[in-house]
Amino acid sequence: MSSSSSSSPESKRAGESPGWFDRPTNVRKVLLGLYGACALFVVIDVVFRVVGFDKHPYFEWERWPGFQAVYGFVACVLLVFVAKYVLRPLVMRKEDYYEPVEDEEAVETSKGGGDDHA
Amino acid sequence: MPDLGGIHPSLIYFAGALLVALAPAKPRKWVALGVAVLGFGAALGLSESAGPYTARLLNFDLVLMRVDAWSAIFANIFCLLSVIGVLYILHENSRLQFSAGLLYAGAAVGVALSGDLITLFVFWEILTLGAVMCLITRRTVASGRAACRYFVIHALGGVILMAGIVLHVAETGSTAFSDIGLSGLGSYLIFIGIGVNCAWPVLGAWLTDTYPEASIGGVVFMATYTTKTAVYVLARTFPGEETLVWVGMAMATIPIFYAVIENDLRRVLAYSLINQVGFMVVGVGLGTGLSLNGTAAHAYCHILYKALLFMSIGAVMFRTGKSKATELGGLYRSMPLTCIFCCIGAASISAFPLFSGFVSKSMIMSAAAKEGFVVVWMALLFASAGVFHHAGIKIPFFAFFSHDSGIRCKEAPRNMLIAMGIAAFLCIFVGSFPNAFLYGMLPDQSPKAAYEPYTVGHVTDQLSLLLFSALAFTLLMRAGLYPAEIRSVNLDFDWLYRKGGRAFYGVTDRVLNGTNRLVHAVFVRGFIPSLSRFFTEAPARLLCWMMVPVWVGSGLTPEQIASKREVMYVRAQRGVFPVGVTVCLAVLLLAFLFLF
Repeated sequence: MSSSSSSSPESKRAGESPGWFDRPTNVRKVLLGLYGACALFVVIDVVFRVVGFDKHPYFEWERWPGFQAVYGFVACVLLVFVAKYVLRPLVMRKEDYYEPVEDEEAVETSKGGGDDHA
Repeated sequence: MPDLGGIHPSLIYFAGALLVALAPAKPRKWVALGVAVLGFGAALGLSESAGPYTARLLNFDLVLMRVDAWSAIFANIFCLLSVIGVLYILHENSRLQFSAGLLYAGAAVGVALSGDLITLFVFWEILTLGAVMCLITRRTVASGRAACRYFVIHALGGVILMAGIVLHVAETGSTAFSDIGLSGLGSYLIFIGIGVNCAWPVLGAWLTDTYPEASIGGVVFMATYTTKTAVYVLARTFPGEETLVWVGMAMATIPIFYAVIENDLRRVLAYSLINQVGFMVVGVGLGTGLSLNGTAAHAYCHILYKALLFMSIGAVMFRTGKSKATELGGLYRSMPLTCIFCCIGAASISAFPLFSGFVSKSMIMSAAAKEGFVVVWMALLFASAGVFHHAGIKIPFFAFFSHDSGIRCKEAPRNMLIAMGIAAFLCIFVGSFPNAFLYGMLPDQSPKAAYEPYTVGHVTDQLSLLLFSALAFTLLMRAGLYPAEIRSVNLDFDWLYRKGGRAFYGVTDRVLNGTNRLVHAVFVRGFIPSLSRFFTEAPARLLCWMMVPVWVGSGLTPEQIASKREVMYVRAQRGVFPVGVTVCLAVLLLAFLFLF
């Protein structure tokens, strides 16, 4: 965990140690956890199928091992690709398409301030 | 707590909104909080024998308070949210914000409790006022414009609803706020009028257009009241109307594509709001005991987690002044508690087991499957994966993780943290113990509508779906295929009234002002001066013209005639004649007229 140096490119402030999620080793751990969990649930699905555990599904295809996994994965990839390659070219316009963009800093009068007493 | 069972919560809220507006600065926020708590107390104390809140208007009996399972669960969550919302904006101590929130809450509870269409309509219109106030409290030029657009669209929707109610009452003679069913023009107009507030496709573009312009606190109220009152009214008036299944399916799926490419995180939340309301609308359309229970339960859970998500992004905005994915990131270090609350909201909207969405959304999906709507079930499953993808991951990821934006700020104010904490606790509590109170409040308590969310199959299936959605996000992100966040505007049906409105303005400007200019040029500049010239010059010319033969006859030289003519002309124009001459001329004229 301590293998990453304090001069990680992710940390924007000099002299500041990188946060937990900015260390590559930790990011790797999180990712490994995700991959492991994915694999685990596919295995569980297969085991259910093999031992004949009934999940009481509404449709026959829900019994196929990995149906939800494949569906979720494909759905998201499709979602992103359609949004990126079909929708965005159709609907994306410049930010001032409707009206000029206001000065970001002048947006909120209470910006960053506010008394903490509740 | 005193017994508030007999008091109409809206009364408390409306009186409170006024009181807060008049209260001096120091006790103001405590007055606002007290009013919200009292209102919630009144909602908890609602009993079916409460009242009598009836009145008579013209020939119609108005029922201001009808208490049954449907109105009770919605009144409950509306009032609960008012407490959380007021707590969230406590630090602002703004007269307008408190009043807006309380007025809005009062209107929403009023809709939930109204027992006839006329009462419903009155509270329905007050909702719009509350929302407009929430928009203008942001005090920017853009929010002012958004408030105008919001007002115009909802005034239009309100007029459609009112026309529908009038026709419906004329057709049936009944003002009953109950199952209307689609038959006759009146019912169709009511249907569409509700659809505007419910953010149906095409009709609902106002939502993603205006919500991101609202004030940090205002949007929490807006996200709660307008669309959910519409869902409630739909469930009362059109349960089992199959059109709604398809409308809801479109709502659940189309906005998520927009959410993926949207940069402003509050707008992403607005898209996912429509997506979630889509599930509820499907539930209304299916019309079975289970699906309607699902709609009520999902509205309850949704209000909590959607408010939580808006509050967490609002807290980020409060501290950093930014809400765009391109400008945020890495805030988990500066705002760890807000980050945790945001993740709880994200897990709830994504329907992770033990979080609130899991116990409510699945009721609607099960009902769709049971009724044999295969396509709808597939689409909702797609939407479930999609909502995790764009709201569950994207919102916390781009705000709190992703690349470090370099922003270092304070944690959210204490009152914001308390408000978010309450909402987060309830998300987990309701999700983990649905039978504790949520399922007991649902309208249909018959065994046929009973539902058990925590079966092994449901939990593993849902986790598989979500984990692989996360996997897709991760892999796309790492492969650089995820669409980059770009500062942009994405066209939606609000184009129709934003550009269309401008075109309408342009056309009317050309036509009406053009006509105006033309009339001005022809009539005012041309006709009137000529008329005036005619009246000043014509008599003088006429006189000279008549006198020339007289002068010629009296033997004057052409030069003398010319000078006489000039004098005469000037005199005639000014109307100054020696009287004798005038009389002589008059006599001559009369003689002239007499002769010819």
